[in-house]
Amino acid sequence: MGALLRCNGLTRKFGGVVALDGLDLQVEEGEILGLIGPNGSGKTTFFNVLTGVFPATSGEARFGEMPITNFSPQAVYQAGIARTFQRSRLCLPLSLFDNLMVGNHKNLDHGLWFNVVRRRALKRQIEEGRKAARELLELFDPPLAGRLFEPASRVPMIDRRRIEICRALIGKPRLLLLDEPSAGMTRDETRRLMDDLLEARRRLGRLTIVLIEHEMSVIERVTDRCVVLNYGKKIAEGAYRQVAEDPLVRQAYLGLS
Amino acid sequence: MTREGRERLAQALAIVFVAGLSLALREDDFALFLVARVLIVVIACLGLNVQFGYAGVVNFAGATFFGVGGYMAAVLSRGTGVPHLFILVAGGIAAALAGCVLILPVLRTRGHYAALVTIAFALLFRTFLEVNDSLGGPQGLKLPELRIGPWRFNEPIALGRFEASFLLNYVILALFLAALAFALVVRVDRSWIGVQLDAVRLDETSAAAFGIPIARAKITAFTLGNFLAGVAGALSAHMVGFIAPNNYSFGESLILVSILLLGGIGNAWGLPLAAAIVIVLPEQLQVIQEYRYLLYAGLVILILLFRPNGLVPRPLRRLGGA
Repeated sequence: MGALLRCNGLTRKFGGVVALDGLDLQVEEGEILGLIGPNGSGKTTFFNVLTGVFPATSGEARFGEMPITNFSPQAVYQAGIARTFQRSRLCLPLSLFDNLMVGNHKNLDHGLWFNVVRRRALKRQIEEGRKAARELLELFDPPLAGRLFEPASRVPMIDRRRIEICRALIGKPRLLLLDEPSAGMTRDETRRLMDDLLEARRRLGRLTIVLIEHEMSVIERVTDRCVVLNYGKKIAEGAYRQVAEDPLVRQAYLGLS
Repeated sequence: MTREGRERLAQALAIVFVAGLSLALREDDFALFLVARVLIVVIACLGLNVQFGYAGVVNFAGATFFGVGGYMAAVLSRGTGVPHLFILVAGGIAAALAGCVLILPVLRTRGHYAALVTIAFALLFRTFLEVNDSLGGPQGLKLPELRIGPWRFNEPIALGRFEASFLLNYVILALFLAALAFALVVRVDRSWIGVQLDAVRLDETSAAAFGIPIARAKITAFTLGNFLAGVAGALSAHMVGFIAPNNYSFGESLILVSILLLGGIGNAWGLPLAAAIVIVLPEQLQVIQEYRYLLYAGLVILILLFRPNGLVPRPLRRLGGA
């Protein structure tokens, strides 16, 4: 197993604030890596720099053999990295199906001629899209498969999270970045969401995942390995139990002891 | 009946209704003029709908792009022998090209700032027309009659015992083009492009994270919208037979936007109704003179108060029927 993602000295400054400070990080093919740390420690910034939302100030990232430092968000997606967002970023007035198809962008034909004139071919592609959406939802949460044409605004939070994850999965990425999927949900809902995710992953083949999470029980249960950030720096790395015992990590979370 | 079937039927009925109405009014110049004007404005508003309603690109210079189409038609029909059908298309292309001047600022700004950029462009355009003598300056330009093949638009229609005002010619052409523009815009909405434009409008960050080229989507919507406004402007200029900078004021742009809001932003179906209200109502209220604007404005405010999403709010998109 080789490293799927390799970051060297990845740095991002906002004015005087160093949000990400020379981060070295590797994600192995097929693992679930937990990314933890106190608020403001640079976890989401890491996702944003990796996916081209912000350019890196310095450092580099490689995805497989491809250098992806400072790629546009679109190019990062095309390379095979998909993400979810901390705050739900579904298009609420659109149907669940439309939202999923946003994630399926790379498999769809967006030419004006194709869409306006070749309606029959478009219809076939729509049918394919519906089949793919239904199959994924069957795997993830069967009742949702029957609700494809409800507006996203009308489904509860846990289903929105499910749709967000499915939107990221439907384009068959090689690496999935999950930014705090439990935010705004109860413990029980989080547990169910994680069950669904693990189940889907088992059937989809060993998808590589980086997971940002504050809920330590989730991290403990789901991840193979953890990286702990504080003030933009990596302060610990290893299995959850090992990391949780680390004095630096305890200090970062609980203050000086 | 499927949803698609119902919509086809509704479209056919609308066309039959307008055609029947125009035939009934065939001797009434003013009424026919209003019908044609409503249809032309619908074409322009369909364009604005793609910009505002789908892609979320703000454009307060609708009347300007309408005017670019009109002036293009005037210049071509006065100075060249280009066939008139092509002139209508050229009006659209000219408006689309004029829009390219604005693309950079439109891509870089949002909300109020984008509104300001387009308003500034509209003011510049008017000033440019007013000081430009080759375009007639403040007095404007006259246009010759529209001819398509043997079809002469300014001749009264006389087929056997059937007689009608020359304006019926323009109504027929406007109805045809409006139906075409309507089909185009609805098809764009019910396609991957529609999904893509909605995603861009609702959340650029997440749209970009899923590979959607934001700039390209906005440029497509902006250009398509301006093209439709330009075609409408060219037809309008020929029908009126005369254009001047005053016809393309900021106020006219606002009227186009108010039609969009009144009809239900993002929904092509509300536009004909809203355009009819906004254009015909003030004319029908002539008897109360200047008070008509007060009454009319009050009515629009009331409608928007009780139907904030417009007369016909946009329905959920259902791709592939359901």
